[in-house]
Amino acid sequence: MYLTENSSMLDNPLEGYSPYPCPIKEKNMEITFREWFGTIHGFVFGGAFLLAFSGGLFALYSLQPAWLTADGLKTRIAQLKVWVWGMAAIAWGAVLTGTYIVYPWYRAKPPEGATDLSGFARSLLLASESTAKWHELGMEWKEHVGWLAPIAATVVAYVISVYGAKLANEPKIRKALTWFFLAAFSAATIAGGFGAFITKAAPVR
Amino acid sequence: MTAKTNETMKNGLAAAALLAGGIGAFGVGLMTVLSEASAAIKTAITFYAPAGPLSGKTTIGVLIWLVTWAVLGYLWKDKDVSFGKVVVAAFVFLALGFLFTFPPFFLLFEA
Repeated sequence: MYLTENSSMLDNPLEGYSPYPCPIKEKNMEITFREWFGTIHGFVFGGAFLLAFSGGLFALYSLQPAWLTADGLKTRIAQLKVWVWGMAAIAWGAVLTGTYIVYPWYRAKPPEGATDLSGFARSLLLASESTAKWHELGMEWKEHVGWLAPIAATVVAYVISVYGAKLANEPKIRKALTWFFLAAFSAATIAGGFGAFITKAAPVR
Repeated sequence: MTAKTNETMKNGLAAAALLAGGIGAFGVGLMTVLSEASAAIKTAITFYAPAGPLSGKTTIGVLIWLVTWAVLGYLWKDKDVSFGKVVVAAFVFLALGFLFTFPPFFLLFEA
């Protein structure tokens, strides 16, 4: 511990404490323009989709005549339509911002002879054997499989909208939708999981 | 009182949406494989240069999905189809979509 001469552990044990052996200047938190978009893509859209999934799945599963009154079913369907269309929109937001905004920054080529690759995430990952797989497996998988999520989520949202309360009497359709919903979630989980790890290894700045 | 259980609907629209969704996922996967297999295709489907061929793979995959959906929806809208078979086909296509977008698989076709 590094304590200043006049600090007292009894008044405030952390006062005057610095974890660094030498004085450092105060630093501000910074987030770049590109990091904002990375956050919108991965955290706002991707995170919201994953967070919303369990609620949508439960609402879909619970569309069973024996569990709901006629009024309850009507209300549940109305809520579910908003929920699943919201999820589909969020999933489209994630893949469109990812593919057309963040990914071009990720794959930008550094100038010839550049040694500082910190602004070129793809090249930075490929420059080292220990990180190359994050691109070769992680990014290559994520950028493609992520697109299956909005397709599957849109299918689920459409069928729920068209069939509405009648879905309660269609266990086969509900079951198929549940599996499609799970497929959307799986695709989003792969994309989101790799996105988080890749951003940790080589953030887009 | 629980919800009424006697209201049903033709399953054609649901079947069309599910099968088209599976085919759309397969379309994205197929374009991924084709892009690896042919440099000419990779170049041709680079619709937006900063995003590279990913722009074309996904755009064409989505178009395959929407066109298939429109056609099947039109054909099956007032029909009851063999839902079990259609769903199996939809999930086979969906699974192929996952497989074809998995790098160790599509890189087998690298030109």
